[in-house]
Amino acid sequence: MTVLDTTTKNTAAAYSAFRPLLQGILPSTAAFLLALAAGAILIVFWGGNPVTAYAALADGAFGSWNSIAETLLRSIPLTFTGLAVAIAFRGGAFNVGAEGQLYIGGTAAAVVALWLPALPSYLLLPLMIAAAMGAGALWAGLAGMLKLRFGASELITTIMLTYVAIYLVSYLLRGPLQEAAGYLPQTDRLPSGARFASLITSTRLHMGFLVTLATVALTQFLLWRTVWGYRLRVTGINARAAMAAGMAVGGLSMSAFLTSGALAGLAGVMEVVGVQHRMIENLSPGFGYTGIIVALLGQTSPFGVLIAALLFAGLQVGATTMEAAAGVPATLTVIIQALVVLFLIGRPAIGQIARALRRS
Amino acid sequence: MPASSPMYLPTDQSPAPLELSGITVRFGSMVANDDISFSVRDGEVHALLGENGAGKSTLMRVVAGLLRPQSGEIRVDGKAVHLQSPLDATALGIGMVHQHFMLIPTLTVAQNVCLGLARAGRIFPNLRKVATELAELSRLYRLDIDPFARVGDLSVAGRQRVEIVKALYRGARILVLDEPTAVLAPQEVEGLFDVLRKLSAAGTAIVFISHKLQEVMAIADRVTVLRQGRSIASIDKRDTSVVELSRLMIGADIRLPTVDGKARPASAERLQVTGLSYRDDHSLRLDDISFTVHAGEIVGIAGVDGNGQHELAEAIVGLVQPQGGQIMLDGVDLSHASPGTRIENGLAHIPEDRHRTALVDLAIRDNAILEVSGHHPFSRYGLMRPAAADSFTRQLIDHYDVRCTGPAQKILTLSGGNQQKVVLGRALMRDPNLVVAVQPSRGLDIGATAFVHRQLLAQRERGAAVMLISAELDEVLALSDRILVLFKGRIVGDLSRAEVTVERLGRLMLGGDE
Repeated sequence: MTVLDTTTKNTAAAYSAFRPLLQGILPSTAAFLLALAAGAILIVFWGGNPVTAYAALADGAFGSWNSIAETLLRSIPLTFTGLAVAIAFRGGAFNVGAEGQLYIGGTAAAVVALWLPALPSYLLLPLMIAAAMGAGALWAGLAGMLKLRFGASELITTIMLTYVAIYLVSYLLRGPLQEAAGYLPQTDRLPSGARFASLITSTRLHMGFLVTLATVALTQFLLWRTVWGYRLRVTGINARAAMAAGMAVGGLSMSAFLTSGALAGLAGVMEVVGVQHRMIENLSPGFGYTGIIVALLGQTSPFGVLIAALLFAGLQVGATTMEAAAGVPATLTVIIQALVVLFLIGRPAIGQIARALRRS
Repeated sequence: MPASSPMYLPTDQSPAPLELSGITVRFGSMVANDDISFSVRDGEVHALLGENGAGKSTLMRVVAGLLRPQSGEIRVDGKAVHLQSPLDATALGIGMVHQHFMLIPTLTVAQNVCLGLARAGRIFPNLRKVATELAELSRLYRLDIDPFARVGDLSVAGRQRVEIVKALYRGARILVLDEPTAVLAPQEVEGLFDVLRKLSAAGTAIVFISHKLQEVMAIADRVTVLRQGRSIASIDKRDTSVVELSRLMIGADIRLPTVDGKARPASAERLQVTGLSYRDDHSLRLDDISFTVHAGEIVGIAGVDGNGQHELAEAIVGLVQPQGGQIMLDGVDLSHASPGTRIENGLAHIPEDRHRTALVDLAIRDNAILEVSGHHPFSRYGLMRPAAADSFTRQLIDHYDVRCTGPAQKILTLSGGNQQKVVLGRALMRDPNLVVAVQPSRGLDIGATAFVHRQLLAQRERGAAVMLISAELDEVLALSDRILVLFKGRIVGDLSRAEVTVERLGRLMLGGDE
């Protein structure tokens, strides 16, 4: 417990005015900077120069229109999986299976496009998106049902269902859905109606980025302006109090799973429609898992998730330039991502160390 | 033999083993301890008496090394000490028995005692040696402890004795017990007192923290009364009385309200409970409970903690589903209704455990509308209307005198009393038909308690049916038109106000016949 002296009261009052803001941004910024600093030390051990390495990283991520476009492109699936984890977390559930929901969503979208290739784009794209959301929601809903009906921890079931999803998709891509040529575990190229238009010409960035921004704004609105969002947050903080206050806690919890799965499914359809133009076996390099870190770093607030996703996308996109220009392995950025988590979770420990240092 | 006569007679010249002077602890603008001084002598049982919120626990945390005071001095054997942590306190011979036991249920008594104790061996404690020594201590003070028993298998009283022996084994010469009787049945209290008497006879200085006058009179040699963070008096037990102590403790300025006691004209039955039975994973908690509560009536539910009060409240508000029986409110069958439906039908619930069941770590505003968020004017077309929530919250803050900076303040930054006012306000401003109040004054100071009691009486005047479940007999006696006694999940007594005596109630609570 902090005991305030009278002399520090004024500063404390000034501080308290900004407190909600600071509480959200400060720990995340600190964790990110600390991770970069620790990464710099690793670069030195590697025999590199952290300044040139980070400069190359930043250049690779934001140095040209094309690299900016690539970073934004990469942020799309990260934002959706980040939102998926964040919304579930707000409702008191830990969905660590966004990866599987992403695969199921992407596959469902591809199936729709292969089934109705003649549909015009303005019908086909919404239909694919709806299918991906529905399939993702169903997959997460399974975990939700297991939790509500049998008390099974979603930490276990969502991760296990991810394996089921990935192998199921693998089977489909080698069997019923495999391309006509029959070589690779992937579908045929989707019809041209199943594509997003480019957002910036001569880059890969597509209209899906606008959908991403709209979804961020919408989830922010849902969480803070609607009765559903209010009840979801209350349930996530104190389910017993929510129940005692007459809220349908079971239904709210289920809706958190469904919404979360739908968002993860969106990440899948974005990759299919915007990047690969077909369903492939390795659709995601772990977007669903990185989404957990993105949600944490974004303090499970939709706008925070967007910013965290942009940062992580920049790290991932800039990594190859860093490797080429400064000779530092690209995998360093994976270490930095992991360090961000450690510094976020270890915040109480950092506080304790700081106090101990001050005492001595 | 008077319980207090010490066989061990200290000389007045020797310095007191523990002495506090001018202790002041502030939390922000709140002064929890204001210039408190007291001392305890060898072989003395010194009671710290005060209402909830009087500053007893804060002072205890200071002595335990958990909290450093802003000013004041702690002296052990006449030497000023600075307690930086509980380890320092232990090293100086101060042993604590906390209200919530600090024991690991899956380990044995001896293993629990060894935890963190370097003397027992750092990596592989010499359990056999420890057990032998524990058995010796146990025999010496008649603690009746088996060092190899698993703590989880022991009764609450047994675990408390383990805490005592743990402190003694760590060399405690000064033993501090925080509300040790709160968790005990009356017979067990006598057992604890026997142990304390033996310890004090052997020279241990004992600080006994309590808000129960009778117990303090039974065990203490000296009493220091705390009120609103200040020490009001330090007196010898011989020179005082229950009446004087109660006046000192409560202060002359505040008197708790009581029900007028006038026989009320027969009014409509509002709550009818018939044949309610509830079994949880372990055992039958409610056994064929039937009773009614009329409009304008407060029915108190008395009983030793753990005899079904908790489950009865949860069954009536809908947090657990009983296997049998019927609950009717104003003629509507709510036996299988969700908590939400019960609230729609006019149920107001003041839960026992504010933090677990009533509050959400959000703004006061968000907590104020918790039960009505889906209703006009707080939302429309599924969208929240913050302005309506704000104005309702301001009204609540006003009517219920909640001390805060405004509707946006985080509720958990309020004091317990103010939190309870929010819980009370949001439940009662709906003009409920039935109020289920469980331990409504737990953890509140006397002023806030009086406020809560007045609100419950106001609901009675309004014609609501009120169920008051409380472990504080005084509270039940003061407010109830009728008292039901629960014992092992059954109603063993139904006494009208005129019939009630403390003795009768006590007998029923222990399961005795009338």
